[in-house]
Amino acid sequence: MAPPGLPSPSPLAPISGSGGVRVKVEGLRRTFPGNVAVLSGLDLDVAPGSFVALLGPSGCGKSTLLRLVAGLDRAEAGHISFTPTLERPQGERAPIAYVFQDAHLLPWRSVLDNAALPLELTGVSKPERQAAARAVLEQVGLGDATDRYPAELSGGMRMRVSLARALVTHPRLLLLDEPFAALDELTRGRLDDQLRALWRKLGMTVLFVTHSISEAAYLAERAVVLSRRPARVVLDRTLELPGERSASLRTEASFAREARLLNEALEQGERW
Amino acid sequence: MNRSALRAAVPPLVALVVLLTLWEGTVRLLEVPRWLVPPPSAIGAAGAQEASSLLGAAVTTGRSALVGFGLSAVLGVLVAVLLASSRMVERALYPYTLFLQTVPIVAIAPLLVLWFGPGPRAVAVSSFIVSLFPVIANTLTGLRSVEPSLRDMFRLYGARRLATLWKLELPAAMPHLFTGLRIASGLAVIGAIVGEFVAGFSEGSAGLGILVLSAYRQLRTDLLFAAVLAASGLGLVLFGVVSLTGARLLRRWHPSAQGT
Repeated sequence: MAPPGLPSPSPLAPISGSGGVRVKVEGLRRTFPGNVAVLSGLDLDVAPGSFVALLGPSGCGKSTLLRLVAGLDRAEAGHISFTPTLERPQGERAPIAYVFQDAHLLPWRSVLDNAALPLELTGVSKPERQAAARAVLEQVGLGDATDRYPAELSGGMRMRVSLARALVTHPRLLLLDEPFAALDELTRGRLDDQLRALWRKLGMTVLFVTHSISEAAYLAERAVVLSRRPARVVLDRTLELPGERSASLRTEASFAREARLLNEALEQGERW
Repeated sequence: MNRSALRAAVPPLVALVVLLTLWEGTVRLLEVPRWLVPPPSAIGAAGAQEASSLLGAAVTTGRSALVGFGLSAVLGVLVAVLLASSRMVERALYPYTLFLQTVPIVAIAPLLVLWFGPGPRAVAVSSFIVSLFPVIANTLTGLRSVEPSLRDMFRLYGARRLATLWKLELPAAMPHLFTGLRIASGLAVIGAIVGEFVAGFSEGSAGLGILVLSAYRQLRTDLLFAAVLAASGLGLVLFGVVSLTGARLLRRWHPSAQGT
């Protein structure tokens, strides 16, 4: 087991921040079989390097939006653009990182080989990708667990490997789909801190889908609350909270006010 | 051997001793003729007396079964990969693989003699036909059971078809694949012996199937029993080797192999 409270990013192995991209979503429409309109004309403009939380009722289309942005699904109408472009001269695309609700590690691979997988799939040589994976595992506080297997890790550690795997390509856009929802409160809080610290250091654009109002308020600079489907924007708000955040923030009046506003918007969105 | 393994071995051993004692006692008490049901002691004696021919026959049969099993393992996985490559291919071909499951091997064994000539080759093919289906069916289930999110992740990083097969689908299918191989290992021996009944006559050493037939013709029921025991022993050995290999490969990651 890793000692509790360990996950503070190590200064030993810095990852070069590659900066974020601007994500512009215009008139996005996606209908599922059975004529279920999940998105019908959604617009969203995310500034480069910002941390945006997406909130909304279950099944409202948050995950669909994320999948569309990642290119894992196709929209019937609308447009998603990235500035600067993610297209590379060779015709391939700079990777967008995606963290799923479960860690989704390959159980037959060690922690190191799991974290190195994205680089392996894009054809990076073994010594190079292993060095990069080691550095990023160091960052999430798993520098001493590289040889272990997923079955030997706690849920929180697995999620950190998943985060390391997402960061190993130095993504300029990080998409997270309720990544810590299955974890206990304490572990979740720690991972929230860690994610925020990594974001401040690396400066990528983050789109974070969550059910939790307090998690959204704690992590994000800006919160977008969606209605039930087809998803429309109920509230789009830049949170009036300090850049430097710690657990004590959760008890302050400014935090409570933001949380209340988000809560009201969520309830309003349920009725739409 | 540790204590729990020892404790696990005691009940079946006790059951065996009780069963053999009952068998021996009943046959002697009722004076059942030896050619009908020999007592265990006679089977043991016949086995010891004919040990070298039993061993030779087991090696012959084992060789054919190994060839059949090996072919099943390789071709079964290849066919499963082919079937998994598209729903169209699966829909078109999978029903026909079911023939393998239902084909009465005794009935087509004469065909095998016609095509491959009597001898080990026809026997190995018989073993192969009988053991192929479980490998295909289980591997296919395994290849199909990959979590969609993992596929998404591979797509996200632009993985090519072959990389997805090699780094995601095949490893994920391993537990199912080994289930198929374990079933196939037992069937391979059965298929070899059935094959020998029909196609096993050739110059050179005879297999266990031939030994069973000749013991039957001479009414040497004790030897027949000994040969049957040798045949199931052979199946157990093959099964054990496959199980251990699977457990070793899956040890660090799959729940089915934890604690082995």
